[in-house]
Amino acid sequence: MLAFVLRRLGQSAFVIVAMAALVFLSVYAIGNPIDILLAPDADQQERAAAIARLGLDRPLWQQFLTFLVNLAQGDLGKSFVFGSDAVSLILARLPATLELALVALVLAIVAGIPLGILAGLRSDGWIGRGVMTGSIVGFSLPNFWLGIMMILLFAVELKWLPAGGRGATGTFLGLQFSLLDPAGWPNLLMPALTLAIYKVSLVIRLAYAGTREAMLQDYVRFARAKGLSPARIIGVHVLKNILIPIVTVLGLELGSMIAFAVVTETVFAWPGVGKLLIDSIARLDRPVIVAYLIIVVGMFTLINLAVDILYSILDPRVRLADGGH
Amino acid sequence: MTAALQVSNLETHFFTRAGVVKAVDGVSFSIARGEVLGLVGESGSGKTLTALSILGLVDPPGKIVAGSIRLGDEELTGLSERSWRAIRGKRIAMIFQDPMMTLNPVLRIETQMIEAVLAHAVMSKDNARQRCREALARVGIPSPDERLTAYPHQFSGGMRQRVAIAIALLHSPDVLIADEPTTALDVTIQAQIVAEVQKLAAATGTAILWVTHDLAVVSGLSDRLAVMYAGRIVEEGPTTEVLARPAHPYTQGLLRSLPVNNQRGRRLNQIPGSTPSLLRLPPGCPFAPRCEARQEDCVSTRPPESQHGTERRLRCFHPLGEVSP
Ligand SMILES: Nc1ncnc2c1ncn2[C@@H]1O[C@H](COP(=O)(O)OP(=O)(O)O)[C@@H](O)[C@H]1O
Ligand code: SF4
Ligand SMILES: [Mg+2]
Repeated sequence: MLAFVLRRLGQSAFVIVAMAALVFLSVYAIGNPIDILLAPDADQQERAAAIARLGLDRPLWQQFLTFLVNLAQGDLGKSFVFGSDAVSLILARLPATLELALVALVLAIVAGIPLGILAGLRSDGWIGRGVMTGSIVGFSLPNFWLGIMMILLFAVELKWLPAGGRGATGTFLGLQFSLLDPAGWPNLLMPALTLAIYKVSLVIRLAYAGTREAMLQDYVRFARAKGLSPARIIGVHVLKNILIPIVTVLGLELGSMIAFAVVTETVFAWPGVGKLLIDSIARLDRPVIVAYLIIVVGMFTLINLAVDILYSILDPRVRLADGGH
Repeated sequence: MTAALQVSNLETHFFTRAGVVKAVDGVSFSIARGEVLGLVGESGSGKTLTALSILGLVDPPGKIVAGSIRLGDEELTGLSERSWRAIRGKRIAMIFQDPMMTLNPVLRIETQMIEAVLAHAVMSKDNARQRCREALARVGIPSPDERLTAYPHQFSGGMRQRVAIAIALLHSPDVLIADEPTTALDVTIQAQIVAEVQKLAAATGTAILWVTHDLAVVSGLSDRLAVMYAGRIVEEGPTTEVLARPAHPYTQGLLRSLPVNNQRGRRLNQIPGSTPSLLRLPPGCPFAPRCEARQEDCVSTRPPESQHGTERRLRCFHPLGEVSP
């Protein structure tokens, strides 16, 4: 197990370096950030000073080497735009995105699994049909549209919830979390819901399909023949089997929620990393882009690792090995 | 003496879009304490559904529409789900065809056994585990202590079926239904399992309904034989009598299709044709299209059940030879 974890982390370190190099070079190829950073009327002297300050006057291979050496020391450089440390810039924004994704994930699990199982057990009845129709709707609604409609309804019309912004936060390890301050929950609710609708629908479908399949299996029949209660059969025998695909998919979804929360963040003026990334790309702020991607890939790696470990716990037939399952 | 199990005129039908499938269409038999009744018939003749009906495990669109199932002095049809659950696994137990499928792949043997004990007995988990250990030892599983914590995939097919048998016999049931439990196993294991079940059931006086499509399996095992065709029992009697002097052309056909040791290599005499659709049975004898002894009356009228002596029953207008009592 430990060897497995270490090997996996080693592999990801390699992936991260390779990816960082690729991004570094491609951002360089796109254009010169100086053109964007400086006012159009800046004179030649100002221009030369800025180029020297950002280290853009040196040849590409030197810039890259410096970047690699710094990377090895855990230093991802300073933002061209803000002049501050790229990693701190991201870490200041990351909790906002993380807690959005986590709340959405929890919603997907606590709403999606029971609804999916219920629909699977009553697939011929109106409950099953209703839930499955709902999940199709949840699947097909575009995120931004859903967000805007919710704002119109709950913020503008009913005035129950704030239309956007982060709201109150509590501090933990120097980072800001809305979850830690109940006054911040109303702000968190709508963006998290918006982000969650699609995941809930996804989990419903997985749980539905899994339950229908499991209920036809001989092991369920045997469990019934043993005289077990439906609660035990569904809560233990069926649930443990359907969790296997759900865990896998949710792991992937959690990663993508963190990486691509930008739509929801924009609609709700939620100060997360998604917004920061888009701005940084627009300004060719290379250190921030690279640092962001490294952090995201690192997080993907950890999530995948957690999924694989969970997977091997849920399914005894799976042994931890390289290359996943 | 009352029989351990008495089934009379049982009808289990499936209400499908295509029409009513009469999977069990007026089945009657009884089994005494400690007796083994072999239920034989080609695949699709309704054997499994007869078994599931006795456990109250027929799922919609299937339904027991008529008849009676008596366990000792108690009538089971019309019982509430709760009362039926109290009987399953305690007074009537069942083992299934494919031991690869009957144990839940993601739960430890221990979990699956202890839950079966606790479903019908109030005791501590430790005592329950002790009981499981003894049960595994009884069915010939070496080092039961270690095996308890293993998962099903760590067992061979034969060992899994032994575990299933151990679970089925945990509460010394009045009736054990074995639905082709050896079909998926190789011949030597088959013989061991048959002998094992026979020995264990004899020790507790458990009545056995042994379901199979293979006459050879039950010939050395059952006291009496019931031959099923298209949802009905067409011939019943003491095993030795029926095998020596089959009276129903279908029984004879089954016997003829058995491979004979000293005629290895000879083509087997399969009964020509196939089982009729239970959706639209012909008005006469359902076996008529395949029957060599068929006469005109067979096609128009369904043969009623006739009693021959005290022990043999038959559904045929033109039995082969004299039906001996
Ligand atoms: N869910 C179902 N819907 C409709 N018909 C069914 C269903 N399950 C079983 N049957 C019918 O019941 C018949 C008897 O099935 P079964 O008892 O499993 O036969 P056996 O065990 O003798 O092979 C089958 O031929 C099939 O047509
Ligand atoms: S009733 Fe007629 S068709 Fe049916 S088995 Fe007997 S002889 Fe054959
Ligand atoms: Mg069957």
